[in-house]
Parts: sequence; structure tokens; C-alpha cells
Amino acid sequence: MAYDKFNILTSSAVPLPIENVDTDQIIPARFLKATKREGFGDNLFRDWRYNGDDTPKADFVLNNKTYSGKILVGGKNFGSGSSREHAAWAVYDYGFRAVVSSFFADIFKGNCLNIGVLPVQVSPEFSETIFKAIEADPNTQLEINLPEQTITLLATGQKESFDINGYKKNNMINGFDDIDYLQNIKGEITAFADKLPY
Amino acid sequence: MSKTLFDKVWDSHVVRKIEDGPDVFFIDRHFIHEVTSPVAFLGLKGRGVKVLYPERTFATADHNTPTINQHLPVQDALSANQLKALEDNANEYGISHWGLGHQKNGIVHVVGPENGITLPGATIVCGDSHTSTHGAFGAIAFGIGTSEVEMVMATQCIMQPKPKKMRINVNGTLSKGVGPKDVALYIISKLTTSGGTGYFAEYAGNVFEEMSMEGRMTVCNLSIEMGARGGMIAPDQKTFDFLEGRLYAPKGEAWTKAVEYWKTLKTDADAVFDAELNIDAADIEPMITYGTNPGMGIGISKHIPSADQVEGGEETYKKSLAYMGFNEDDVMIGKPIDFVFLGSCTNGRIEDFRAFAEIVKGRKKADNVTAWLVPGSHVVEAQIKEEGILDILTEAGFVLRQPGCSACLAMNDDKVPAGKYAVSTSNRNFEGRQGPGSRTMLASPIMAAAAAVTGKLTDPRELM
Repeated sequence: MAYDKFNILTSSAVPLPIENVDTDQIIPARFLKATKREGFGDNLFRDWRYNGDDTPKADFVLNNKTYSGKILVGGKNFGSGSSREHAAWAVYDYGFRAVVSSFFADIFKGNCLNIGVLPVQVSPEFSETIFKAIEADPNTQLEINLPEQTITLLATGQKESFDINGYKKNNMINGFDDIDYLQNIKGEITAFADKLPY
Repeated sequence: MSKTLFDKVWDSHVVRKIEDGPDVFFIDRHFIHEVTSPVAFLGLKGRGVKVLYPERTFATADHNTPTINQHLPVQDALSANQLKALEDNANEYGISHWGLGHQKNGIVHVVGPENGITLPGATIVCGDSHTSTHGAFGAIAFGIGTSEVEMVMATQCIMQPKPKKMRINVNGTLSKGVGPKDVALYIISKLTTSGGTGYFAEYAGNVFEEMSMEGRMTVCNLSIEMGARGGMIAPDQKTFDFLEGRLYAPKGEAWTKAVEYWKTLKTDADAVFDAELNIDAADIEPMITYGTNPGMGIGISKHIPSADQVEGGEETYKKSLAYMGFNEDDVMIGKPIDFVFLGSCTNGRIEDFRAFAEIVKGRKKADNVTAWLVPGSHVVEAQIKEEGILDILTEAGFVLRQPGCSACLAMNDDKVPAGKYAVSTSNRNFEGRQGPGSRTMLASPIMAAAAAVTGKLTDPRELM
């Protein structure tokens, strides 16, 4: 489906310096029973965010009003485990438009790109720099510039570039969609299929 | 140019290469289930698009189904609604549907191979990360997100950059009590849950050559747990024998032709991999996990390692052990347990039930243990009965449930309560995976059986 265009995002960020955050934490399986893409943000990090009786856990970062913004900064190997796109939907629905990590799990990263959430992979050192900057000042502004492929800590000017393939970058900047592309070459696909053994 | 098995299958399915972008990759077979497909169908409806090749997509209900009283209406309204949505969508778009109660129903990664839908050299996707299972047949199989489920239904293609290639060689002789699950958990403990990210794995060496198809499926199934998108094993006579005569497998002349082609599906002698890992089979012990990701596994006789020996940082490690209620240097043997789960797309096949039965035969389920024994499909269930395994299980005080994903992800009522310990033959020990607050230890079917009859973690070799 069509999604928001992404160009330059300037925002404060929410830090989650935990490694190997899996998609079962991002959205537990018991919240995958919907048949529509609605309301997943309410259950983002459900079991880290709420107690069993649905009261908020005070020590979890999403319940700490000090931190807010459209950027989520996670630890290494963010989004491992299940292929559930619901995890990316929950991140989006909560209000995040970019996730920063020193390493992403493959399927989660692809899912984010497919729904218009930008995964920004930075070096472990820069990840550390960002976490420290947010710790020192929770209002630290980050600028993510997709056309330039850079992420910048605006207060200090510290900057790093990130990778994204040209095709996906163009899609995200323009809100283009893979299915439109593929439908446009349908003849090529069906001709290809005719030649396959099965 | 020399090619790997993966290259051969991948390259033969590239419709078009996009410059500075992904490949347009053709998908031969597509599995769907009730949880990750409804929004994809909504997308198709929104676009007013039909399914391009409905005969290439197969629907089965598994993630969100009860494992008792399947003949009764599903009580949970949301689950019932999701199952109905799958049925309605499959009917509307002309897709085959093996719903709850259907003779062919079962876990998607069990029924695919069982019915010969899974074939060597094929490309297979499903909105489920354990789609890697089908790599056991020399197929390229991997999990996708819901946007891609919609993409495959609309165009039979996805957009994927070609992954890097890794070969994992396990050679030598496996010790007593060491099976496919232990081999996989050992590999993941070496590579960590991110060591395979960006790669597609090929499993090679005499250990995999000698392994049954069921065992190969267990190993390939767990490829995603080291971060790899998938893993595959070159097809051989065992693969062909498994598939011959199955419902969707080629027949007659087409079969002969297919086998001829499948015999070419192996890595050329001088082909190069981006990474290679060599493991001596003799180093592998029966494995158990102690933490909250599948990479946190050790031999059953070992002590829990200290933070500095584990990847993931001290804070993450401490959080993990605190969740499990364990301490550094703890001995695993003798730890009390509450639940045992035999089943899932990892270990819900006939061989897993045979192995479990071998241990519990002539023994009794421990009183402190609740055991869920869930076959991967109705076919497996029938085999369990035919082979007399059910009698052994019943005699030992166990009850057999009906097929489904069950306590592996606890979407249905099969939930481990908070704080309780489960020895599980499934694939993930993440926090809350088997129910909020549940504590999971991943292991092989015989390790699960040993725990079930002794009521605590026990070295299964002592019961063999």
C-alpha cells in the first residue's frame, strides 16, 4: 500500500539500549489476531511497557515522558525473530518514522522499508555516541536526511552516512510502491513463468 | 563459472535485475496462513487486483487454532474471525484452503513437504520466518512480511537483493543422544542470533548427508534463529524417495525429468562462499538453552557461562538471566521444570514423536509436569496412532492433542503461565514467547522426554 514519503526527518529520539530486541517483544503474538492494520501502536512493547494488570511499568522508556520523538534508537540486532510485519506496523502506528541501530535483523528491516519506516544502520561507535547524547540531553535533535543518506546530531554536528539501495531510496522519497512496479512488468513475469519447470 | 547450490536456484528465478536495487525474484510456491495474510488480502481488494497465479498459493490454518475439540466452533471470537477471513479470502480468490478440521490441515511447514508442494530447486515463501524449513529439500525458502505476501499474490514475485552465501560444514560422528536439534542449537550458539544475518546458508558434510529428511527440516527450520534468511541442503536419493508419490509431486515422465534436474542441484567443487564454518560433530552435546534467545545454548552438562563469554553486552545478559531466574555458573541438570512441549514446525514430525516415545516407554510422566504433545499435522497424528506410539504415550500418562502451532507462540490457549519453566522442542525462547512471563528452555525431543518423566532437567543419555 502507499505510504508516507520520507525526505528529511528532524526529531528527538527515544533510546532503547538493549541488544537482540526481538519482534515478540515489539509486538507479542497474542496481539496478532486482527484482520485489519489498526491500533498496533497500543501494544508496541506491550510486556515491557505494561504490567499484567495493564498498569504502565514506570521504568520503561515509553512510559517516561522525558523521552519522545519520531525516532527510535535500539541496540544491536534490532528486530530479530519472527517475520511478523505487525512489528513494523506497531512501530509506525506508535508514531516512529525511523529506527536507528548498529545492526538490524533482515526481515524486520525489509518490512520497515516496505511500509515507509526508515531503518538507519550506523556504526557501533556512532550508536554509542547517540545513546550518550540522548542521556545527556533527552531533547537531543537528530536529523536523518534520506536524499543525502546522512544522520546528524544537530547540537554537535557529528554525522555519519548510512546505506540504502538506490531503488528503495527512490521509493521512500516518492512514496512509490513495489507492487505498482511489478504490475508494470507483468508481461515479463508471465513470460518468465511459462518457461519454468514448475 | 562455478556456482553454489544457492546460486543455481536463485539465478534461475531472477526475472529482472534492478540496477542499484533488488532482484525481481519469481516465487514458485507460496504458503499462507490466517495471521499474516488478512491485511495482504485487504491490500489486493484496495487495489482491485486478482491473485495472478492462485494455483501457486496454498492456505492452511495453524497459528491460531485450538489443539483440543477442533470439531467444535472456535471460542475465541478474534481467532474465529481470523480463521473465517482465511477461508473467505481463499474461496474468493480461488486458493486451495486446508482449514481447521480438513484432513490435510496442519502446520504449514509440515504439510507443505508432506504433500509434495515443497520441491527441490523451487522458490518458496510464506509470511512466517520458519519457511526456511523447506530448504531441507534443496529449495530456496524464506519468510516474508505481509506487504510481500500481497506482492506475491498480486505478481508472483518479490523484490530481494541476493543474500551472501555461507556454508556450514559438520563432519564426523555425532555422539549418543545428539540429534538434529542439538546440531542446530550448537551452530546457533557458535554464530549467535545475528551471525547469519545477511547470509543464506548451505549445510554440508556427512552429518547432514546421513540425516533423515525430518532431521534436515529441523536444521533448516532453525536457520532464521542465527539471523540467516534461510538454509538449504543439496537434494539426494533420500529427498527423492521422500517426495515420490506425494500429492503435488510430479508424476510419470515428469517425475523422471524432475529427478534428472534435481541431481544437478549441488554446489560445484570449486564454488566460493562468502563465509564458511567448520564444526566437528564430536564436539556437540545434547543442548539446552538457558537464556532468552536461541543463541544462549549450552551442552546439558555445562554450567551457565559468565557475561564476558556471551555476545550481547552485560546489561542484556543480566536482563536475560534475571528473566529466567537463573544465575551465572548455575548447573542446568536438576533444575525443576513445570511444562513440556513437544511439537511445532521445528519438532512436530513423526521422527520427533518416535524419539520422545523411545524415552518415555515404560516410564511415567512426572506428577509436577504438564505436557502438551502436539503433532504437526493430521498425517503425523495418524502415523503416531498407526505405529503404536500413542499406546506408549498413553501408558506413560501422556495425552495427544490435535495439530497446530500451539504453545510455540501461544496465540491459542496453550500458554505457559508466568514464572513457570517449560522445556520446549520449539524454536524460540524469547521473553513471553510461550505466554506472558513464561520461561522457555529449548531442547530436543529426547531432552523434553527426559524432563517430562523426571520432572526436572535431566541428561537424556542417562535414560537411553
